[in-house]
Amino acid sequence: MTAMLDVRGLTVDFTGQRPHRAVDGVDLALAPRERLAIVGESGSGKSQLLLACIGLLAANGRAAGSVRFDGNELLDGADAAARVRGSGIGFVFQDAGGSLTPHRRIGEQMVEVALARRGTSKRDAAGAALDMLERVRLPDPAGTLARYPHELSGGMRQRVAIALALVARPRLLFADEPTTALDVTVQAEVMALMAELCDGLGMALVLVTHDLGVVAALADRIAVMYAGRIVEEGTASALLSHPAHPYTAGLLASVPRLSGATGGELPTIAGQPPAPGMTFAGCRFEPRCPRSAEPCRVTDPPLEARAAVRVACHFPAGSERAR
Amino acid sequence: MNGGLTVRDVVVTYPRGEAGRTLLTAVDSVSFSLAPGEILGLVGESGCGKSSLGRAILGLVPLAGGAIQWQGRRIDTLSRHAFRAIRGELQLVFQDPNACLDPRMTIADSVGEPLRSLEPGLPPAARTARVSGILDEVGLPASLTVRYPHQLSGGQLQRAVIARALVVNPRLVVCDEPVSALDVSVQGQIVNLIGRIRRDRGLACLFISHNLAVVANLAERVLVMYCGRIVESGARQSLLGAPLHPYTRLLIDSVPDADPVRARRLLARHASPAAQPPVTAAAGCPFVSRCTLAVDRCRTLMPPLRDFGQGRHVACHRADEWRDGLPTSLPD
Repeated sequence: MTAMLDVRGLTVDFTGQRPHRAVDGVDLALAPRERLAIVGESGSGKSQLLLACIGLLAANGRAAGSVRFDGNELLDGADAAARVRGSGIGFVFQDAGGSLTPHRRIGEQMVEVALARRGTSKRDAAGAALDMLERVRLPDPAGTLARYPHELSGGMRQRVAIALALVARPRLLFADEPTTALDVTVQAEVMALMAELCDGLGMALVLVTHDLGVVAALADRIAVMYAGRIVEEGTASALLSHPAHPYTAGLLASVPRLSGATGGELPTIAGQPPAPGMTFAGCRFEPRCPRSAEPCRVTDPPLEARAAVRVACHFPAGSERAR
Repeated sequence: MNGGLTVRDVVVTYPRGEAGRTLLTAVDSVSFSLAPGEILGLVGESGCGKSSLGRAILGLVPLAGGAIQWQGRRIDTLSRHAFRAIRGELQLVFQDPNACLDPRMTIADSVGEPLRSLEPGLPPAARTARVSGILDEVGLPASLTVRYPHQLSGGQLQRAVIARALVVNPRLVVCDEPVSALDVSVQGQIVNLIGRIRRDRGLACLFISHNLAVVANLAERVLVMYCGRIVESGARQSLLGAPLHPYTRLLIDSVPDADPVRARRLLARHASPAAQPPVTAAAGCPFVSRCTLAVDRCRTLMPPLRDFGQGRHVACHRADEWRDGLPTSLPD
């Protein structure tokens, strides 16, 4: 596989009042047009992983390791990542209102981003802005260009944020919880829209979310993160039908379903996600794990290939103890 | 009915436009009842009026019409002062812990605060005992109670918010999207906790959410709200198994699912609808612009909420045509 994005041994450290390592040795590769979902709870490091790749970590954060996009190292100084933002890698965040500037019209903001693409004239940029608002299926694209963000509903703002991320025609889109703040009906529409845009524009996607229910339709491949590490990674179909890691199995069981709605207790994962800065002797998931045993308390399991997935667990599904 | 809550033809409006000359009707003639110890689910999208309805019940927003009775007594006409006497019986669990817990107070102080204001005569030792009892009941370890909100995880904060609502021993709680801001893995813990506490204490509960799957896992009876009105209500099993309103069908068909096959059908179902501008139509069914089954009279005549028997009510002109329920709109 020729990787478009190649992440090797990435770590992200934060200094300050609560120094901690948010991402701890992550390897990931993404082919052109591939769709990858990174799934994990708050504090798992999934968002910091994205921000590190595009050079947008907070001032007290520091990334080490290697992130290559089209063969170019992005961790070499701030400029390297800035050059790919917009026309190489676009990004959408959870809070669409927050990524739009409140006092500037939608059109101005889109033209500014469209101009980031080399060789784009002002007229081309205006055309690209209108084209992208049509692609995200806003009811009145031309009228929307003249509007301010507060004049739009939440679902429409999220569509504009997606259009803004795509107007410079990036080859890769980073989307961090793009549907979490939305109603379920709008969620489904935004997911369908993202699938359609990836196909139509030949774009690769990295989608970050805490909800496995959201990724099943969109992702070719899924990486599950826990406490800064990838604990399981594989094709969406393999991972969703036969999760090997007990954490993946727990996340899957936790998705609220209509079919099981009988008033009984919902399946849950015991305990809380680890607080930032917590240290572990063995496996990071061990304190919450139903399969925990002696080796889990002593040795941190490495991420190893097993059947159709890579998994970091002493007792993955199918092993003696898991039965 | 003597016990419980009775909501009759409740209307809530907000001023809007320049100088508030026009009115926005957030809740439009809503009626329902909630028996003591019953849990009722209220589902709808943001802006449908579900939070306004919840707040109206608790006396936090004034009514523009209708009446609310609690334990056989009318409460919407009570003065602020008179409402204080029953404030402890009716409590609200917020979605956002940050809006409810003071960042400068410890968890134990925040949880004890309603006692200080509603039961001022309680000796400090008794107050401390009540607080530690309730924190134990919601599963917060004693070691966390001297901490501040920023030191707790989202799930722990939500437990504290629930403790704060329960410490005054209410008879009814309104839970407004109590799990929407939480990780999926923690949502189940909180839903189970609310279910367990409600059973143990025999609490009446109105549980509000935009996710039908979350509501249906907890509530025996469900109200579906759209544009300020109840468009369908009924027992969980019949409403989920045989929805009669096209909007209920849409909500069911929008629940995200980790099953890849159903997920792809869901994606195909929701592909390429234009984003809908909020409906402001004066006449006709408020759902008409999103409804795939609309006919002429839906555009001109507001459908009344009709009784379909066995506790089922539906506001759709065509519901008689599919009395066995609307089939799924997901493609094969």
